[in-house]
Amino acid sequence: MALLEIREVMVRFGGVMAVGGVDLDVQAGETTGLIGPNGAGKTTLFNVISGMQDPTAGMVSVNGVDISHESPHRRAKRGLARTFQRLELFASLTVRDNVRVAAELASLTNIDATVNRLLEKVGVSHLADKTAGELPTGSARLVEIARALATGPQLLLLDEPASGLDESESDRLGTLLRELTEDGLGVLLVEHDMSLVMRVCDSIYVLDLGMIIAHGTPEHIQHDPQVLQAYLGAPS
Amino acid sequence: MQELLTFTIIGLSTGAIYAVVASGLVVTYTTSGIFNLAHGATGMLAAFTYWQLRFDWDLSAPLALFITLFILCPLFGLLTERIVMRGLQGTTEVVRLSVTVALFAFMIGLANTVWPSNGSREAFLKFFEGNTIHIGGINVSWHKLITFGCAVVVAIVLRLLLFRTRMGVAMRAVVDDRSLTELNGGRPNRVAMFAWALSAMLAGLAGILLAGEQQLNIEPLVLLVINAYAAAIIGGLKSLPRTFAGAAVLGLLDAYYLQFSDNSWFPQSFMGFGLSGIRASIPTIVLFVALLVRPQSRLRAGTVRFREENKVPSWNTAVLGAVSLIVVVVGISGMLTRSNTLFLLNGFTLAIVALSLVPLTGYAGQMSLAPLTFAGLGAVAMSKLPGDGNLLTLLAAITIVAIVGAAVALPAIRLSGIYLALSTAAFAVLVTKLIFNQRQTFMSGNISVPILDIPFIDINSPRGRLILSATAFSLLGLGVIALRRSRLGRRLIALKDSPVAAATLGMNLTQTKLAAFAISAGIAACAGALAGDKVSPQQYDFTQSLPIVLLAVVGGVGTVGGALFGGLLLGGNAVLANAVPSLKNITKIMPGLTGITLGRNPSGATSQISEKFRPLLNRWGIISFSALGGVGIWALDASRIISHWAFFIGGVFWFLAVMPNLIAIIDGTSQRRWWASAIALTGLAISLGVDWDQAVDSTGKRLLSLILLVAIFGVGTQRVAENAPRIHHSSPDLLGLDVALTPDELDNVERELGVTI
Ligand SMILES: Nc1ncnc2c1ncn2[C@@H]1O[C@H](COP(=O)(O)OP(=O)(O)OP(=O)(O)O)[C@@H](O)[C@H]1O
Ligand SMILES: [Mg+2]
Repeated sequence: MALLEIREVMVRFGGVMAVGGVDLDVQAGETTGLIGPNGAGKTTLFNVISGMQDPTAGMVSVNGVDISHESPHRRAKRGLARTFQRLELFASLTVRDNVRVAAELASLTNIDATVNRLLEKVGVSHLADKTAGELPTGSARLVEIARALATGPQLLLLDEPASGLDESESDRLGTLLRELTEDGLGVLLVEHDMSLVMRVCDSIYVLDLGMIIAHGTPEHIQHDPQVLQAYLGAPS
Repeated sequence: MQELLTFTIIGLSTGAIYAVVASGLVVTYTTSGIFNLAHGATGMLAAFTYWQLRFDWDLSAPLALFITLFILCPLFGLLTERIVMRGLQGTTEVVRLSVTVALFAFMIGLANTVWPSNGSREAFLKFFEGNTIHIGGINVSWHKLITFGCAVVVAIVLRLLLFRTRMGVAMRAVVDDRSLTELNGGRPNRVAMFAWALSAMLAGLAGILLAGEQQLNIEPLVLLVINAYAAAIIGGLKSLPRTFAGAAVLGLLDAYYLQFSDNSWFPQSFMGFGLSGIRASIPTIVLFVALLVRPQSRLRAGTVRFREENKVPSWNTAVLGAVSLIVVVVGISGMLTRSNTLFLLNGFTLAIVALSLVPLTGYAGQMSLAPLTFAGLGAVAMSKLPGDGNLLTLLAAITIVAIVGAAVALPAIRLSGIYLALSTAAFAVLVTKLIFNQRQTFMSGNISVPILDIPFIDINSPRGRLILSATAFSLLGLGVIALRRSRLGRRLIALKDSPVAAATLGMNLTQTKLAAFAISAGIAACAGALAGDKVSPQQYDFTQSLPIVLLAVVGGVGTVGGALFGGLLLGGNAVLANAVPSLKNITKIMPGLTGITLGRNPSGATSQISEKFRPLLNRWGIISFSALGGVGIWALDASRIISHWAFFIGGVFWFLAVMPNLIAIIDGTSQRRWWASAIALTGLAISLGVDWDQAVDSTGKRLLSLILLVAIFGVGTQRVAENAPRIHHSSPDLLGLDVALTPDELDNVERELGVTI
């Protein structure tokens, strides 16, 4: 039984089929990549998993429990956490309080220590007392990761965490992901930075026009003709 | 059967007016995203203008109609969009709504000023007054037929306009996606201006039609809009056909109710409560229901949000502020006349009501238009509960109202933004009509709220009550700041800043909103429960809530200081109106005028003011000096060297005009700082030296003089002092990074380093 199981999820916006029957598994202790061109339906799938978007059809389960009809905050209690492609920090709180709110919501015991540890871990300790709304995108993305981790999740959904990060921050993120999965966390990673994806993912799904067109190890995906076509638009 | 036909025709004609108003609301909401609470007031102004032209100046009806509807109304709409509304893009919904509240207050003030209600005036006649037509055995006035015809014409014209003209297509495009329209070469601003002009015409038409039926009265004309809200919400603020259908249903409901309630079998009361308020409440009830059956508002990521700039005060600053507030009030309370004491008391009461909005609107971002209703419920609870006003009674009253607050919010909480605000408005109107206006609730028009009974302290005087209310404000304010620094406080802010992130982190949004509503209702209840006097239902009317909401937002609804500012300003406004009758008109439009400027300063006035005082933090020398100065002025008064008025004016001058400029003066290095001090001292000398009791003959003029003194000498000092070069106390590393070096400093640096920069 996988940590996260998605079965035949379909989302239709009026005439647009944003997600057209997707099956996807995420294992604990692994980073699973979800890549695909713009508009492929990656964020929509994240919204379905986190409960912000009701699917037209299909089912989502965590640890074998069907959570398709639960509200977002119930899903969080089940160990789901996510970041947002368009940042959703609590802009008028400090960086520290952003992370603290999350830790408090998870009713952790040692809140101050946890907050400090997480800020340290993602490398934003020096920004702890800054107002979150004033951060540059790169740091803000890292704070969102720290905030998501503060809920003590089993499954972390990252929506383009490396966009806006410089090269060294990006490397650091890769290391961070490795550390996290070593601790048993399952990660679902949406990312356009291919070198990062290929480096950290244990397996990769490729989404195009709402359909999974390929699934496999990074080596496999890199040489899949269908994937190349989806990305480059050229006939194989 | 014949009766049914009569009432159907009456109902449809009423519905026709609702339809015309509501379609105007929909047109502006869809094109500019602003729900115009002042829409009814626009119609009211148009009706008065038409009356002026037609009946007072005796123009012919077509000419008067043309001037009003086709020249003045569109002009008014254009100007509203250009001057007031355009600046609001990207601000919070709270600010946008408040600005329309401001417009509302402004227009009512204006109408009261230009067309005061005293004396008799020419009657507002129906179109073709006296002419009726016989339909199916009954007489229907031409006016009703014309009204109905107007609605049909409006429907057809809007349909053609939206689907057959370029402007209409552009309007529908803007509805769908503003930024996309812009990319494609559309001009959203022009479209918005057109929409506002069109909307004002529709409001005007409805206002004139309605005035023919109901005569010229400000209130019913303005509240007409509540009925229109219901129709517009039925249309989902989007669909014009459904809006028209909703309006027809409303009109018919009203007429049929009138018919049925005439029957002898119709109950006049229910469980002892009179039902006479029901008819007037029908549109509100429909509005409430239409809101409640709306689908849950979706959680969406990526909405653009505006960030307000509010610093959380440190605990020390908060306690210092609370203590100084009490000390100052105790100090000056002995000098005030009885009536001024009562006015200041009123100011603090309003400040507590405004404070109730800080956790709810300021922190949690949920708009309520009903704060005074909870204050009213607090007053009723305090007077009805046993215990004759002891502390336990107060506590029980607060708890009950807090629970009511949460209970009311429960059904409405699925809604957000404008829908939530409207449902609180509907609640306020219902409570006013069905509870406050009951004989059981307010016997013979008013009830007396017992004075809080605290052991060993006698509060039984206006002065005692003033000190009590100032103390209550301080304590509640401290509580609100403590809340902000607490776990729940962080959650409230999180809820405002990003509901989606909060939900996906595990926050139960419903619970959090309920907590905010309960806390807010509890604080507002204090304002009513501490009234300690006779109170009447009019004091807690829905329309009275609007200026408070407005001034709280103007003051800065995110801060306790903003609430104090808003409450006292509203109270002070009443003092001014009372003291200087000639200024009454200005004081009527003041709340509106201040609110209209919100677009430029959405964080509120106190954030700007406190910006001026912020540099004083940690400059203990200057703070002590300021405090000493204050004590010195007080000592002059205590030893009867100067009068109470000189103390008051001098004290305010010292605090507002001198203190914020002290840093610039002390740190300054050039000649100019001497000039600045000279200006400040001159102002201070005038404030303290003039024999205000003799030289100026009324309270209002003295207050005006004070405002002038601060404006002239305060701003003068600031201008001169700010241009004086300063010694910087910040780290030398930062110098020149966030503050440009002055030429003097550059010279110094160059000399020291031996280089040329
Ligand atoms: N709320 C919505 N209403 C209608 N269509 C939508 C909505 N949200 C997304 N879509 C459409 O669904 C499709 C998938 O969008 P989605 O945001 O999931 O793509 P994505 O893979 O995350 O793209 P990107 O890499 O650009 O982030 C797109 O065609 C988009 O236009
Ligand atoms: Mg996306």
